[in-house]
Amino acid sequence: MTAPTAPAASPAVTGEMPRIRMSKSRRNAELGLLIFAMALITAYAATVEATMLDAVTPDFWIPAALVSMVFLGLHIVIRFLAPYADPALVPAVALINGLGVGFLRRIDMARADAADRANFPIFAGDGGRQLAWTLLAAIMAAGLLIIVRDHRIVSRYAYTLGLVGIVLVMIPAVLPSRYSEINGAKLWILIGGFSIQPGEFAKLALVSFFAYYLVRKREVLSLASRRFLGIDFPRGRDLGPVVAVWLLSLLVLVFEKDLGTALLYFGMFVVILYVATERVSWLIIGLLLFFGGATLAYSLGASVGGPFANFYDRVQIWQDPFADPYDAGFQPVQSLLGLGTGGLFGAGPGGGQPTKVPDVEDDFIFAGLGEEIGLFGLSAFLVLYLLIVERGLRAGIAVRDSFGKLLAGGLAFTLGLQVFVIVGGVSGLIPLTGQTTPFLSAGGSSLMANWLIIAMLLRISDAAGRPMTGSASAQGDGPAGPPVKLHGAPTEVIRS
Amino acid sequence: MNGPLRRAGVVVMILFGLLFANLNWVQGYKADEYRNSDFNARVQVAEYERARGVIEVGGRALAESKLTTGELKYLRTYPFKSQFAHVLGYKPVNLAATGIEKAENEFLAGTSDRLFGDRFRDMFTGEETAGGNVVLSLSLRAQDAAIKGLAGNDVDSTRGAAVAINPKTGAVQAFASMPSFDPNPLVSHDTNAAEAAYNQLEKAKDGPLKNRVVGEVLPPGSTFKVIDAAAALESGITPQTNIPAGPTYTAPTSGTPIRNAAASICPESQVTLAEALRESCNTGFAQLAVELGAAKIKEKARAFGFEDESLTVGNLDGSGLPVAASRTGTIQNPDGGDDPAALAQSGIGQNNVRMTPLQGAMIAATVANGGERMRPYLVQQLLGPDRRTISTASPKKINNPISATVAGQLQDMMVSVVEGGTGRNARINGYTVGGKTGTAQDGNDPNDHGWFIGFVLKDGEPISAVCVLLERGAAGGSAEAAKIGGDIMEAVIADGGGN
Repeated sequence: MTAPTAPAASPAVTGEMPRIRMSKSRRNAELGLLIFAMALITAYAATVEATMLDAVTPDFWIPAALVSMVFLGLHIVIRFLAPYADPALVPAVALINGLGVGFLRRIDMARADAADRANFPIFAGDGGRQLAWTLLAAIMAAGLLIIVRDHRIVSRYAYTLGLVGIVLVMIPAVLPSRYSEINGAKLWILIGGFSIQPGEFAKLALVSFFAYYLVRKREVLSLASRRFLGIDFPRGRDLGPVVAVWLLSLLVLVFEKDLGTALLYFGMFVVILYVATERVSWLIIGLLLFFGGATLAYSLGASVGGPFANFYDRVQIWQDPFADPYDAGFQPVQSLLGLGTGGLFGAGPGGGQPTKVPDVEDDFIFAGLGEEIGLFGLSAFLVLYLLIVERGLRAGIAVRDSFGKLLAGGLAFTLGLQVFVIVGGVSGLIPLTGQTTPFLSAGGSSLMANWLIIAMLLRISDAAGRPMTGSASAQGDGPAGPPVKLHGAPTEVIRS
Repeated sequence: MNGPLRRAGVVVMILFGLLFANLNWVQGYKADEYRNSDFNARVQVAEYERARGVIEVGGRALAESKLTTGELKYLRTYPFKSQFAHVLGYKPVNLAATGIEKAENEFLAGTSDRLFGDRFRDMFTGEETAGGNVVLSLSLRAQDAAIKGLAGNDVDSTRGAAVAINPKTGAVQAFASMPSFDPNPLVSHDTNAAEAAYNQLEKAKDGPLKNRVVGEVLPPGSTFKVIDAAAALESGITPQTNIPAGPTYTAPTSGTPIRNAAASICPESQVTLAEALRESCNTGFAQLAVELGAAKIKEKARAFGFEDESLTVGNLDGSGLPVAASRTGTIQNPDGGDDPAALAQSGIGQNNVRMTPLQGAMIAATVANGGERMRPYLVQQLLGPDRRTISTASPKKINNPISATVAGQLQDMMVSVVEGGTGRNARINGYTVGGKTGTAQDGNDPNDHGWFIGFVLKDGEPISAVCVLLERGAAGGSAEAAKIGGDIMEAVIADGGGN
């Protein structure tokens, strides 16, 4: 490798002018927003009880208070370990997570006998478990902030993480169906009543690996090219990695029977590739490959069947869910009917019948929420997600090193893509696939993995917002000066 | 790298924009469709959360909701069982609703815009808004007389219909279809049982689910002669004008000869128009129709309401039970030329002429009301959950098919039918009753349909107009129909009707 890797990690190569940074810590803003979010969660719990029980029980506030304590704890950790992190991330995620816990508790109450509703135990049911998972997820997020004091450390373990990621993705595919399949999608490891979705954690590992790999390869990927139709296309041999990931995605699609995850991995990779190389051609190649692969899988499903049949069926159901409203199309139909019943304003928290939608606590939670909070409420949720994603991308833009940029950009975009895939599926925009709704769906894997992503984004935004000290302060004068040494350190380890 | 990162941000915004647009489509544009979808069980449960309003007559509930302990909170019950089935219809859990239950569903369910104020207020009081109440224009006694009369007919007819309306307003006073059915099993919360009950009724002999007052059309026979007479009077003929009659008549071109019901009826070559109607002279009216021409007969029938495909009977401000269009048929050769044979047959209510009993009652009502045809209605009042009046029917005139003069002449002619002609059975002491009987052949069945349309006046003021139909009865069906018609009108009078 002729190009020195060290400058690749330096801001000088990206051509970015050093920004004027706000060195002010904005933790108080975070605290204020967090308190506001917790007030909303508490109000939601009260409204649910008022609607469902015709009275608010004296201890309605306990789950909301527990959630609040967990997030306030996380806030304190951030105060010490990432004081310059983005102040909007945690409150936005906490609001989604807290309302998710409240909604799951509301589902539990609806499923319980009318007599037991008023004193439904706090730690029982999906809502109770989600509360525990939230605590665990927050601890893991705090743990990541404690262990990873500088996000660049992650690049030292990039190859390990890449291997771990691929293994995590492949485990459900190679496991027998009874240890890995739920609702036709092989995305799980099912052991003795526990279910883990390894793919959720794989995202973080794979993005780290991609980011590292592409920081190293970006020059050759972006420079060596052939021009065709006015667009620079890469050389054939440089296509290797993208083809490999494409095949991996197709394998996921075929053997794990899941379009959403395949789309997620592939979209994630293509976007990181594009950000790294600044080449539109990668986006075009990526889109062509994905739609080509999907079309191929669809036509194979129609003609050959076998492992492709599931994908073909899902597309058929998507095209006309009402063709088979009681069997194959039951879930999407009930989902659409729930959303439609909610209309603009919704039936009010606790006022709808979200349990009419199967799996409302999991894949279809957005439809269940939509019935009760309406288009306005769901739009607010979309805005919250958008805020999280754009803040993540902003951390990528603001951070100085290339690895951080790719990591933050990749993680934030993946999060956004996942929301798109599941919400689009639930609302009939795209074929339905088994994805969790980040921070909402019941389930520990998804919650923990996504909180780890948020922790990583916090870490990167902290690095971006941290006032320059010591040698870094010299950066303003000479762009290509001292940072070389600073940023070169981690990559040297791997080169050896 | 920042350029691509920003563009990735734009991509995410576009993706979220697509989600937002799609949610608008699903929750905004398609919301009503999804909300009211047959596959949507939510609205159903929600609908049964609040007490559906009462359908009532004279303070008696014909349909009410009773509290249960099941998942669906309220059970619809019909205390009068089969007696009002064809008016009320039914509101089942899974099957399609019918009748007033369907037409006034939004109001009864409490979701109507007219009840917005109540729902708004209940948002603060926290009470579950009950539905609105519907008061029908029916007379309990008249309905009773109609059902008993039909059921107790002495010509062994098992199918039929009777309807009475107030000629001045169009308010329906009685509305009965035979055979009837008990709607209670259909609204059972056990949807399998409800479906089984429905399937059984669907297959039952004589089709009890059929609404024979407004849903079925049959040849009207001689009752159609009132239309001929109206057309004739409008074109300058008077009740005393002699018209050609005779024992038989064969139309100029072809066709089987038309005879009278008995040799004693108008054997003379000419009778007056009044005489022809009183005796129900077939040969006279067949020739009259041919002389007037198909266009005039059809035009007059249309003015009386034939061919109207959009009429509903229910709420004057909204929807109601759909009324099947009565028809005269084309009365033409296939090439579009005149067909005197068909016209002669049509003139005596045969050939392709078809009529609903409600249409028959509207003809009699229009004559009784001085030529003003009122739009029939069933819903007298809508009351809020707190029983305050939300709306009261304000009678609507449809048109004047005949002038007041012609109406007066027709009244006199029809009164003579009841006083000295074929409709004697309908007489009521102390009141002026007019009418016209009809015996309609239908296909090759030897049993004819017996019809009676008529009205009752007190001091020239109309009180009620009826139509009674007995399908496929033994001989004398129209005389029996006249008797039932008289009984129904008497019941209306006894109930204080017309005041």
